[in-house]
Amino acid sequence: MSASPAPALLIDDPAVLVEALQRQGWRVIGPQARDGAITYDPLTPGATLPKGLTDTQEGGHYRLGAGDPGRWFDYVVGPQSWKKHLFPSRQKLWEASRTDDGFAVTPVQDDYPKTAFFGVRACEIAAMEVQDRVFDNGDFADPGYGRRRAATLIVAVNCTRAAATCFCASMQTGPRAKAGFDIALTELATGTGLLVEVGSDRGAEIVDGLDLPRANAAHRAEAEAASAAAAAMQTRAMPPGMAGVLAANLDHPQWQVVADACLSCGNCTMACPTCFCSDVEDVNDLSGDHTERWRTWDSCFTVDFTYVHGGAVRRSTASRYRQWMTHKLSSWEAQFGTSGCVGCGRCIAWCPVGIDITAEAAAIAASPVPKE
Amino acid sequence: MARPKLAVWKFSSCDGCQLTILDCEDELLEIAGALDIAQFLEATSEVKDGPYDISLVEGSITTAHDMERIKAIRAQSKVLISIGACATAGGIQALRNFADVEDFTRAVYAHPEYISTLAQSTAIADHVQVDFELRGCPVSKHQLLELITATLAGRKPHVPRASQCMECKRAGAVCVMVSQGTACLGPVTQAGCGNLCPSHRRGCYGCFGPKETPNAVALSARLAAQGATPPQLRALYRSFNAGAADFATESRRHD
Ligand code: SF4
Ligand code: SF4
Ligand code: SF4
Repeated sequence: MSASPAPALLIDDPAVLVEALQRQGWRVIGPQARDGAITYDPLTPGATLPKGLTDTQEGGHYRLGAGDPGRWFDYVVGPQSWKKHLFPSRQKLWEASRTDDGFAVTPVQDDYPKTAFFGVRACEIAAMEVQDRVFDNGDFADPGYGRRRAATLIVAVNCTRAAATCFCASMQTGPRAKAGFDIALTELATGTGLLVEVGSDRGAEIVDGLDLPRANAAHRAEAEAASAAAAAMQTRAMPPGMAGVLAANLDHPQWQVVADACLSCGNCTMACPTCFCSDVEDVNDLSGDHTERWRTWDSCFTVDFTYVHGGAVRRSTASRYRQWMTHKLSSWEAQFGTSGCVGCGRCIAWCPVGIDITAEAAAIAASPVPKE
Repeated sequence: MARPKLAVWKFSSCDGCQLTILDCEDELLEIAGALDIAQFLEATSEVKDGPYDISLVEGSITTAHDMERIKAIRAQSKVLISIGACATAGGIQALRNFADVEDFTRAVYAHPEYISTLAQSTAIADHVQVDFELRGCPVSKHQLLELITATLAGRKPHVPRASQCMECKRAGAVCVMVSQGTACLGPVTQAGCGNLCPSHRRGCYGCFGPKETPNAVALSARLAAQGATPPQLRALYRSFNAGAADFATESRRHD
């Protein structure tokens, strides 16, 4: 996306932008209040954006409740991430049928129309950029991911409030998106609308059609200050230098302490917007003449994940938790050149027992064990 | 090639798992085409003698006669697969394992002296060698078809032993434990039901039994911190899979 010099604008009601996108043929996926949480689902024409809602989050705890009735975006990230749209949890890769002299493979392609993600937070843009390097990195490219990503427009929302589980400020991924969006919104003082910034030519095209009033320097300053306040209110932070600390502490006693509490349920990996592991499964029919290959989200917390001839490599929960956390915070950097964690806090909130990656990191950083 | 002979057997059970076989409506004709159904009293009174290539066994062992019968079935079966919570963990009737069975017979039957039953309800694998255990109360149609298909193809069935939580997340279900504080056995339960309870905002009842490497002690500690009392915790683990070792041990901790 090329930088655009377009001036910032003001919009009263973000639904106007949703409708404009839909009029121009975009499928819009955005926040919906469903089953007591904010989820990211397709917005049917006429569907309303949630308003007046806020969330309370802690380790293993999430509640969506009433907030300031005049505010649109006072909740932050929920149980799902945009990953489920770009990297579906269950996906058919191909089918094959028996022929007279072997078998014939039929590739399958999912239907992914041009899609606008509406309400993407800064940490979520960072997470997509992390997955971009996983799914298209020179050595390997996932054509399905690339096709979906290219067909996706990003409407960001800069956070003006953080949950207790957020720690994007310490990961330098938020709360204000600096790039990676087509359009970015920042909610100003209640009732005074939202600042609209443009990040690409196609974003500019969409916004141009709306005939919005120009924002002034005070509006811009207010938006920056609101995001700075969201950074300042963050109570969690990732200790610095964890890549080196973890690599040097693979035998730390804390791995067993966390394993005693960990359920090895896999929720953290499934909720994480950067976790990318998958399993492939072949499903044949009773006749054995037709088969399908499916790819499903997998997790490093399962025993099967490291099953090789004769047994699993990582049998203990301690070894599985260690794999997850050291990959996120340490070996990911060597592998992909970034951290695997963007500080969204989902693995903390959606862990049924509230295990906290920042606390685990701090515990190890506070008492490193010298390596023999 | 002759079609493999299939036999379906029943021990102490409600017949729900056998009904799951009949519920494979669309695939039933195909199954009947691929297999010679030699013994399946729930569906047909026609009975062919063994030996059998595949035996599916529903129900738990609760009488001395059952103990003899299952040995005879094993001797006639090339592959023996136990299906459902009764056959794999003793079923709901394994609640007797935590009490005095005579108290039950006295309370339920007008003439308890006619009842000849074992003190414990146990899984098929406690008595004979079992080639595969298909979990669930009842078993899932999808997993059952996968099992039959895989067995016919001579491959390992794809029946993961990981948590129910993984299925919740793949399906986009909002976690009831985190979002509403509902007690849920999902983190210690093997997936397979297709998300029935959590997608209806209910906690998981553990119908598919303990997952691989379950950490029930840690789950109970969390539920207790959220207000669950010892009798509630005991009751949570003591239902359809009460007799499964990991659940039995955990429920006893809250006696
Ligand atoms: S590791 Fe946790 S905080 Fe970091 S990106 Fe994943 S879910 Fe978010
Ligand atoms: S850290 Fe929490 S969410 Fe992750 S596997 Fe352990 S118990 Fe489950
Ligand atoms: S609802 Fe239950 S099974 Fe589903 S993710 Fe939450 S704890 Fe796990």
